Amino acid sequence: MSASLGSTAPLAAPLRDPAARGRLGALVAAIVVLWPLLVLAEFRPAALFETGHLQVMADFLRGFLPPSTAPDFLPLLAKATLETLAIATAGIALAFLVAAPLAVLACRALAVSRIGPGPGRRRSAALRAGTRALLTGLRAIPEVVWALIFVRALGLGPGAGVLALAVTYGGMLGKVYTEILESGDTRSARALLEAGSGRLGALFYALVPSTAQELASYTVYRWECAVRASVVMGFVGAGGLGQLMDQSMKMLNGGEASTILLTFLLLVVLADAASAVIRRVLA
Amino acid sequence: MSLSLDGAGLVHPNGHRALHHVSLSLASGARAAVVGPSGAGKTTLIRVLGTALRPTGGRVDVLGVDPWQVGTGALRALRARIGVVHQNPPIPPRLRVVTAVLAGRLGTWPTWKALASLLLPGDAAGAREALARLDLGDRVFDRCDRLSGGQLQRVGIARVLYQRPDLILADEPVSALDPTLADEAVGALVAASEANGATLIASLHAVDLALKWFPRLIGMKGGEVVFDRPTAAVTTAMLHELYATEGRTLPVQGVEAQASERGPNVLVLRRPGCQ
Repeated sequence: MSASLGSTAPLAAPLRDPAARGRLGALVAAIVVLWPLLVLAEFRPAALFETGHLQVMADFLRGFLPPSTAPDFLPLLAKATLETLAIATAGIALAFLVAAPLAVLACRALAVSRIGPGPGRRRSAALRAGTRALLTGLRAIPEVVWALIFVRALGLGPGAGVLALAVTYGGMLGKVYTEILESGDTRSARALLEAGSGRLGALFYALVPSTAQELASYTVYRWECAVRASVVMGFVGAGGLGQLMDQSMKMLNGGEASTILLTFLLLVVLADAASAVIRRVLA
Repeated sequence: MSLSLDGAGLVHPNGHRALHHVSLSLASGARAAVVGPSGAGKTTLIRVLGTALRPTGGRVDVLGVDPWQVGTGALRALRARIGVVHQNPPIPPRLRVVTAVLAGRLGTWPTWKALASLLLPGDAAGAREALARLDLGDRVFDRCDRLSGGQLQRVGIARVLYQRPDLILADEPVSALDPTLADEAVGALVAASEANGATLIASLHAVDLALKWFPRLIGMKGGEVVFDRPTAAVTTAMLHELYATEGRTLPVQGVEAQASERGPNVLVLRRPGCQ
């Protein structure tokens, strides 16, 4: 407002944003890195719309219509859907049991030895790094590969799918739980640790209350992913809707395949609704 | 001796020197206020005494223990005996008031009791008793995000009252409270210290509260202790010199003190707590 306030500032010098150069550099670097990747991935969206290709895709998709509602197929579909739900739910439950303790071990916000820093900090840092490496190892191998391995041990059926989900999704949940716990307000956990609280006390009195929504919604989202993943695993014989879809596709029964896809859509909508309800309850 | 610092210094990794050669000691049950301008190192001092920061030089002794020479278990036991009132209460908004207060005893409760108390509060009566001392007895089962900033700050104080520590540290505990509540809150801390024989050290930006409630004043500036003497021996001139960088008036919290500020540039020294 007052002229005297601004009079001391050198207004003649142009005002430069010191962050501008770095941002421009990052943008250029991103383009330079991404362009060769697109070329390498043979990314040519125009090819989709060439007449011959459109025709082929249309013919393929026409085979899916109308969705099958054959009376001998629907009971099979119901059984397979239940099986898929069971695989996904049991898989996520086991994955949670793998992930939760590992996330607590890996979480920096719960590391008592970082305060000060105090005694045992090297050992504790090594333990955290080791736990993170274990989580990476668990999720690095895709669940379908684990399913292939477990099918050989347990035979065809849902059991292999459940174990495969437990391993890979355990790794994913553990990593993201760790990051969610660290991204919340960690001051409250630190205050409790500074008052002599144990790790679990700080976890449940500070970190979980401030991140419960994110933890729950990520877990439900992973459950939804597990439903989809169980399809791929079904192709290798791990049961559920995937196995049914595999059979339908092999018999060139597109109608059944599209009914199965509609079932998926329904399950994802269901997961979304469940997530919304849980978030509202935890708000 | 309840706590002592001997030549304690703290240099942050970025080279900033937050504490320089601070020596002081307090007997068990003693009370002192740390005063000084912003950036004087008051918070750092409180954090070093609370075993949250390890000094880069000198020695610390808290409740008869050198926190950085003992093992993990002993350090944890020591920390359970120290209660800290933070400037911004570190309480997740989703927590219920009762849970936030009961969290004060996490250092002494076994894990099973801590977890069970999340399902059914283990000592709701104890939490209410601590809250009642701060006029919040009727908010036990409210969620913390229903409270005002000042109420939340008092929940933070109630947590420390419930903890019943041997050493109470308060880092600008009342900066978010209006004058009347600030006075009451500091009074509650002093009463808790008197009732349990706990040592109390509070950093206070407002000098009137320090003068009123504490028998000893430690003046800090630029990471060093400028004076450390009984409140009766602290002169207005010393305080003005301490706060010289913050203008010609002394920072106060109370209404009466503010009124007296308008007169000549002198703060009326009231110290009913230490005749």
